Amino acid sequence: MSGTPSTVRTNSRLIRWIDTRLPLFSFAQDSVLDYPEPRNLSYWWNFGSLAGIMLLIMIGTGVFLAMQYTPNTDLAFDSVERLMRDVNYGWLLRYIHMNGASFFFIIVYIHIFRGVYFGSYKEPRELLWMLGVVILLLMMATAFFGYVLPWGQMSYWGATVITNLFTAIPVVGNPIHTWLLGGFSLGNPTLNRFFSLHYLLPFIIVGVVGLHLIALRQHGSNNPLGIAVKGPQDEIPFHPYYTLKDMFGLGVFLIIFAIFIFEMPNVLGDPANYIQANPLQTPSEIVPEWYLLPFYAILRSIPDKLIGVLAMFGAIFVLFLLPWLDTSRVRSSYFRPIYKWVFWLLVIDVFALGTVGAHRPEGAYIVIGRIATFYYFFHFIILLPLIGWFERPLPLPESISAAVTKKSVAVPAATERRAVS
Amino acid sequence: MKRLVTIAAVSGAVLMAAASGAWAQEEPPDAPHQNWSFAGVFGTFDRGALQRGFQVYNEVCSNCHSMKLLHYRDLGPDGPGGGIGFSVAEVAAIAAQKQVEDGPNDQGEMFRRPGKAQDAFVSPFPNEQAARAANGGAAPPDLSVMVKSRGKGLEYLWGEGGPDYVFGILNGFENPPAGVKVTEGKYYNTYFAGHQISMPPPLADNTVKFQDNTKAALPQEAHDVVTFLTWAAEPYMEERKETGAKTILFLLAMTGVLYGAKRKVWKNLH
Repeated sequence: MSGTPSTVRTNSRLIRWIDTRLPLFSFAQDSVLDYPEPRNLSYWWNFGSLAGIMLLIMIGTGVFLAMQYTPNTDLAFDSVERLMRDVNYGWLLRYIHMNGASFFFIIVYIHIFRGVYFGSYKEPRELLWMLGVVILLLMMATAFFGYVLPWGQMSYWGATVITNLFTAIPVVGNPIHTWLLGGFSLGNPTLNRFFSLHYLLPFIIVGVVGLHLIALRQHGSNNPLGIAVKGPQDEIPFHPYYTLKDMFGLGVFLIIFAIFIFEMPNVLGDPANYIQANPLQTPSEIVPEWYLLPFYAILRSIPDKLIGVLAMFGAIFVLFLLPWLDTSRVRSSYFRPIYKWVFWLLVIDVFALGTVGAHRPEGAYIVIGRIATFYYFFHFIILLPLIGWFERPLPLPESISAAVTKKSVAVPAATERRAVS
Repeated sequence: MKRLVTIAAVSGAVLMAAASGAWAQEEPPDAPHQNWSFAGVFGTFDRGALQRGFQVYNEVCSNCHSMKLLHYRDLGPDGPGGGIGFSVAEVAAIAAQKQVEDGPNDQGEMFRRPGKAQDAFVSPFPNEQAARAANGGAAPPDLSVMVKSRGKGLEYLWGEGGPDYVFGILNGFENPPAGVKVTEGKYYNTYFAGHQISMPPPLADNTVKFQDNTKAALPQEAHDVVTFLTWAAEPYMEERKETGAKTILFLLAMTGVLYGAKRKVWKNLH
């Protein structure tokens, strides 16, 4: 028999026999157990594996919810309530799934901001980053379709507002709108296709996550210092170090998640979604789910509908260009005295947009919304390239192992001040 | 560890922002907060209040409001969360007082029969149009998940905003302030958006005579019926909180062990 014999560490002849023919065990050994990671990853690096686990939780609960759900405008609302009342632990499945969507976004947003802070998108990880943005877009689409399924008031009117955005496209806008909905307004054909797409997209996300991981393995994880791994002294095997660190992080996350599921399962939702959809009665206020509020604020801050829609999508598409808009070659903000502060301004800006999105566009909210929208694009398109050119980064440590063993080298406060002045 | 605290703080801030974003603002004053037996982490439903509340719904509210998502069996020991304390025989007796449309029979005709435990709560009107026609154009809403579909502000956090609001509405009927003109067929209510509600004041002192001889003052009736409606909206609430307490305790222990293991393994590195 040709081919290489199995390299898997085992005493079991059966496992060795299987692994020689189907190398699952050696794959797991090489890409999980022995997989080398930088030795200095902080807890901010937990959110990647957390997001993966969350995706599995969502698919797991979703498959069982779909067994009880009826995608029909007359029955959908009652079928969701019925599964919570009459199916064993149906309430638990649904509350996990419902709150899971929110927590999936919290995890992914932290994961993204971590990448932004530590420059994880820079060469050679541009495609890794862009695949991540694709995942974010797919998640938003999936969450949007999912929110329509219970067919409550906010499902119906939120979806009406979002699908109406397509009518902003000149000439072909209205035909596209009708084609997407399967009618002139939301109805049974819309609910059916949204259910179908809501079931489909998560598996496409799984596929893109696979690509994301292949791209990750190519150059390995970035790290808080943002410098490349120079040799085995900079690395530790994934198991047991990061398996345990990730599992501890998962435990902390599950505690917070459980508090929401069991103690305040409806706090992240809108009460109006417990009223069955009524096409004849518009709610006093139509608000999307919280995780879309910053983008909703950008949409509403621009008086022209078409430009507003373009700006809203542009707010995400600008992320695709981030690896080239940031002209600095230093990855980690630890060594970027100016960018470090600008990063936090961006975080504040996104929170401001989220707050504006949750309120009616009146008075101060209009002004704040417009300033915040302007600043969002100003940050990416003007500030980032300029800072990269003018900023004088601090000296980088020699290697990860040197920095880790000498402890305080990572962020020397004194040197930092000198470099700024 | 310091870094861990930062991460926890940032995650917390994201959550707070998320929570505040989910609240909307509205004109009428927030209904004052009440003491509910089901409030808090270990709150449970007061069975006496539940049974009195069901009596109020059955004798008063159900003349206009449906509760389509509930079945008579839910009230008994086999119902979600163990029902509201009625025995199987009591549930059968309650259901038997109702007339349920069934059929078609083998002659192809619909017929009416006394209700059974497995029947859904009988609606007062055959359809929404009939409900509308009988109530001056405004159909009385279904009450199955009423308390979950109302309420905002901090109380909503613990699921008490809805009960507070419904209690406020039931107690909020007043003479309109000077200068406010109430439309024909509407009633002034302090806590209703726009203050003009189509529902006439449904409860007053002694509207019902409680079987357990509790004094039937208006706040008592309102308190009991809201307790019943909260149970109806989330009959599995007690199970949810109990499972939650156990789950969180387990997770705390598990996370503690994992933290110890992580520390032990990483100690060799530094």
